[in-house]
Amino acid sequence: MGLTPRPERQIVEAPTDVPWITTKLDAFVNWGRKNSLWPMPFGTACCAIEFMATAASKYDLARFGMERQAFSPRQADLLICAGRVPFKLAPVLRRIWQQMPQPKWCISMGACASSGNGIFDNYAVVQGIDNIIPVDVYVPGCPPRPEGLLYGIMMLQKKVENERSSDRSLRNEMEPDPETQLYIPPSVIDELSEPFGNSVHQTRSGL
Amino acid sequence: MSNGFTPVVAGSASGTNAPAPATSKNIPNRGGTPNPSADALRTQFGAAIQRVDVVWGETNVYVDRPRLHEVIQWLHDDAGQRYDYLSDVTAVEFRDLEQPLEVVWHLRSLPFRRFLRVKVILEKGTALEVPSVWDIYRGADWLERECYDMFGIAFVGHPDLRRLLMWEQYKEGYPLRKDFPARGRFSRSEQLRQALAANPEARYSKEELSIADAFEDLPTDMQRRLGTGERTGE
Repeated sequence: MGLTPRPERQIVEAPTDVPWITTKLDAFVNWGRKNSLWPMPFGTACCAIEFMATAASKYDLARFGMERQAFSPRQADLLICAGRVPFKLAPVLRRIWQQMPQPKWCISMGACASSGNGIFDNYAVVQGIDNIIPVDVYVPGCPPRPEGLLYGIMMLQKKVENERSSDRSLRNEMEPDPETQLYIPPSVIDELSEPFGNSVHQTRSGL
Repeated sequence: MSNGFTPVVAGSASGTNAPAPATSKNIPNRGGTPNPSADALRTQFGAAIQRVDVVWGETNVYVDRPRLHEVIQWLHDDAGQRYDYLSDVTAVEFRDLEQPLEVVWHLRSLPFRRFLRVKVILEKGTALEVPSVWDIYRGADWLERECYDMFGIAFVGHPDLRRLLMWEQYKEGYPLRKDFPARGRFSRSEQLRQALAANPEARYSKEELSIADAFEDLPTDMQRRLGTGERTGE
């Protein structure tokens, strides 16, 4: 706690014949990570079409270091959930997230994945994948244009760039509650997935 | 191969030079010429054919529930009908609660270029049961399972009547029924809890896995577990 003496300073002789720079380890590692994110697309709906457009030659995801798409969660850093997730897929998405090794990030692409999109406020669709897995960046849009997804990816890159390796909590796996398998308390889920606006009053069948 | 595949040429049974039907520009909403199969059904089955409607140029035939299977079998087998394609099985529930549910079969005859809609009315107070047509059209398998999943109508005679779209442990009821609330019966957290409790690998029965072929070669304890209907991965 400040009482240990500083170690002897070591003077390193810089070689004169090769170019060299000094940097911080964090900056170096984060620079590497942010420029070689391997995305794992989890495309379930029309957002996946926009994702394909983003990955194709016109927008070219490879410019952002995503040359290689990982279609196996075990070789992926970044889960891009593109499209609505029905309850039947919820355990699958959870399993895929758990299969990804750290460090890992998640982009929720589009309104359905982020919030259930309102129009899918029904018996079958999860109201936002953040109920199942932690999300780093939400990309709005229905579906978002490729520029939108690229902006979200750049935001994530900024986030990766600013990570501190001394903050161990970043790499903690979130353990779901063993009884309910939920990350967030049930009351919070119920409150957050209340319908917006006047849709409460739209009980069409009158029953 | 003695039993080779013979393609059906559309309209081939109505004569060699029968022209392809042109879409009429002004089809009346109600009324018009019914499909010739409707008259044939009347002469064949008499009072079992309750009603024949023509709606937007398409023929609806209402059939007595107990004779439904017989009617469909005849439509499929008879040389003058040859309804060889079952395109849909579904059900209708009306917002008017007095009106009973209807089950609908969409039949298509490729050789005669005919379309026929067969309906059965499930009267109020009776069990939601209709005969399965799986033994006539194998394609009815998933159509009937979907209809069972969404409406809770039991197709008697279906070999494997399970839920198709919703997962098999789904407890909230039948989503397309009018008394089903759009958001489901349980709270969001309870729905999510039940969904996440499912094992993603536990979706297949013994019959669905290729392991069924090798069932005799499995260890005895695994045979016992699969034999009791247990799913893999549980």
